[in-house]
Amino acid sequence: MAESRSIELTLESKTDSIDAVELVVQGLARQSGHDEDAVDHLGMAVRESMANAVTHGNGYSRNKSVHFSVVQSDGALTIKIRDEGEGFDADDIPDPTAQENLLKTSGRGLLLMRALVDEFNVQRGEPRGTEVTLVKNAPAGE
Amino acid sequence: MSLNVATREVDGVTILDLGGRITLGDTSSGKLRETVREILAGGTKKILVNLGDVSYIDSSGLGELVSTYTTASNQGASVKLLNVQKKVQDLLQITKLYTVFDSFDNEADAVLSFS
Repeated sequence: MAESRSIELTLESKTDSIDAVELVVQGLARQSGHDEDAVDHLGMAVRESMANAVTHGNGYSRNKSVHFSVVQSDGALTIKIRDEGEGFDADDIPDPTAQENLLKTSGRGLLLMRALVDEFNVQRGEPRGTEVTLVKNAPAGE
Repeated sequence: MSLNVATREVDGVTILDLGGRITLGDTSSGKLRETVREILAGGTKKILVNLGDVSYIDSSGLGELVSTYTTASNQGASVKLLNVQKKVQDLLQITKLYTVFDSFDNEADAVLSFS
């Protein structure tokens, strides 16, 4: 029988929120039977997305929140993170692996997110901001 | 756990022994930058960053390593990595930063490589 669970949180634009969400997601991933590598990968992808929302999206503003949700269904985890910023076009972000960008000190978050989850999407949030969706499939054998 | 930074010198190479996490939001970035600035001001030209006890690093932490590299290079110093753990090695692969940093598993070999 399908097992489903969901959590929704509205968080302040603080670095503590990043740590808290990372811990929540890692806990759910372990409960879902993911191995430690998968837990680490998902935790980091979530951390990068939360960091973008808190820093670039909301600019640490006390007046802007980060909206987080996770749906756990038969071992798969679908996470949405939305900020209240101006939004951006992911296609405008330079490729951080290009030779001319290798020595830049930022700009690697989206690359890591894409690499560490099974599905990744970034789109304009509703009613505003940017919404990132991260999906980690159920562990093999589920 | 925030970042711990300790320095020692072996055969003219300054080794930075890092331990803990290098992430956004903790004090790690300031600590690493300050240490690198101090040792460069002291005339160091050979820096070996030991990541053996670094349990976690995010994109901000990778940015700090790049900053260490560029700050040192701009002052004629070189930076290499020692004991990169698998998790961090995976990130260096994804980001292609492995093409920037020379990396060693053995301290003696790493120290020799500067000569």
